[in-house]
Amino acid sequence: MNRLSIELPGLSLKNPIMPASGCFGFGKEYARLYDLSKLGAIMIKATTLETRLGNPTPRVAETSSGMLNAIGLQNPGLEKVLAEELKWLEQYDVPIIANVAGTLTEDYVEVAKHISKSKNVHALELNISCPNVKCGGITFGTDPTVAAELTAAVKEVSEVPVYVKLSPNVTDIGEIARAVEAGGADGITMINTLIGMRLDTRTGKPVIANGTGGLSGPAVKPVALRMVYEVAKQVSIPIIGMGGVATVDDVIDFMSAGASAVAVGTANFVDPFVCPNIINQLPEKLDWLGLNHVSELVGRSHR
Amino acid sequence: MIRQERMRIVKHKEIAHHIFEMTLAGQLVHDMYSPGQFVHIRVSDSYEPLLRRPISIASINHKDSEFTMIYRAEGRGTTMLSQKQIGEELDVLGPLGNGFPIEEAAPGETVVLIGGGIGVPPLYELSKRLVDKGVKPIHVLGFQSKEAVFYEDFFRELGETHIVTVDGSHGQQGFVTTLLAELQPEFTSYFTCGPTGMLAAIQNMYHDRKGFLSFEERMGCGLGACFACVCKTTDQTEVDYVKVCSDGPVFPAGVVSV
Repeated sequence: MNRLSIELPGLSLKNPIMPASGCFGFGKEYARLYDLSKLGAIMIKATTLETRLGNPTPRVAETSSGMLNAIGLQNPGLEKVLAEELKWLEQYDVPIIANVAGTLTEDYVEVAKHISKSKNVHALELNISCPNVKCGGITFGTDPTVAAELTAAVKEVSEVPVYVKLSPNVTDIGEIARAVEAGGADGITMINTLIGMRLDTRTGKPVIANGTGGLSGPAVKPVALRMVYEVAKQVSIPIIGMGGVATVDDVIDFMSAGASAVAVGTANFVDPFVCPNIINQLPEKLDWLGLNHVSELVGRSHR
Repeated sequence: MIRQERMRIVKHKEIAHHIFEMTLAGQLVHDMYSPGQFVHIRVSDSYEPLLRRPISIASINHKDSEFTMIYRAEGRGTTMLSQKQIGEELDVLGPLGNGFPIEEAAPGETVVLIGGGIGVPPLYELSKRLVDKGVKPIHVLGFQSKEAVFYEDFFRELGETHIVTVDGSHGQQGFVTTLLAELQPEFTSYFTCGPTGMLAAIQNMYHDRKGFLSFEERMGCGLGACFACVCKTTDQTEVDYVKVCSDGPVFPAGVVSV
């Protein structure tokens, strides 16, 4: 029996661990370090219809136990992602969750229609929460009606289940979660980064060229955990939790709060082997907790 | 191959004002092949600071499984690094990036190596390799002031060496570009590492010459995955951008728009 396997809409996961979108490129860099087939899934970098060159540099700034980024959805565009990146990933026995982004509803629909036909794409992750682009992204994720409409529009064309990635930059994340569930979402991924800033103390000017950036890393974990806990109480669709996950204990916490699987983001930059390390440590942690299967962790906090 | 290893600090000392030389021992050294590559160092096992620090390799000693790096204790991370003691272990990821192409210089040729401040260290391993190959290096090294100068004698042992300081407290007063304009050295190619402003001035000054420039940019992962360290390219290349960490840090002259 595989003690770590998890079944989610569209996804048969060997284990509940996956790199988060934007922190793993399209896998090539990490494939030089370990076998990507070890991963539960891979959430690839956000894909837009057209090529995007992203924001000016500096794009990252370190903060206390965290970092800010404003990459700006740099990616080679749908056509190249399909023909090159996803094609290359086919050599690995790992389901892909394709992160879909855009400026207008039509962009999301167009990318979703094509990318969901790809052989190894088993689910979509709708990026309605990127804080670093002027149009699209977070503008879809902060209004429940708009978020639900976009979800419904993408559901209509997608050939695979649709997960919606929520922004923490809202007053009531539960309201958005319930709205996308009503819009037909098959699952929720959360959280994206928190909008933040760092100033150069000498000049008083922002360190990041974009001015603001998205805060990630261990610093955001308590916020992410609280939000997963809240949303788990309000929806019946599964949650893939993320936000500052760096250790196996963090994974246990997110699953206890109600996540069915967990994504690792910024920690990949600190320790490129963090995902396989956590996967290797999970069985021992289950023994320590006296549990047989990782799914027994899900929602422990609420019982 | 890129590895992650806990390497042991075997030497560590301040060799100029806020400039530290650290020698680390471990098996990772045997994967270092190209001068100009860098290592990504975690200066703490906690989340403070969170990210690794990219530091260039100054010399490689395969025989003793050791390498030396030189860094400036400037910010939070490098200041913490400067407090490490001999015998302690450091989490090192590397070697990363593509170094200087020594195959581009032929035996008997003269090349000029231009370094600025903390861009000087990778030129040391490069110069040793070039000399081994029978290439004649001319070193032009710029520093802020006398207190910041390091490795002058080491470079003199390898070949002709000129020092400039911004304040004129050691060597000639000025910038590397002022000295180069005066010297008018005869060379077949140039190799340079230093602040972006210096690289821009050199790329302009020698716009029709063969050269290789090593760039520095704020990095996240160091592997090419996070897209933090991208640079715009000139219209002489087909790609729209390059990543300093994984496509570079060394690029042929004319690739990066400065």
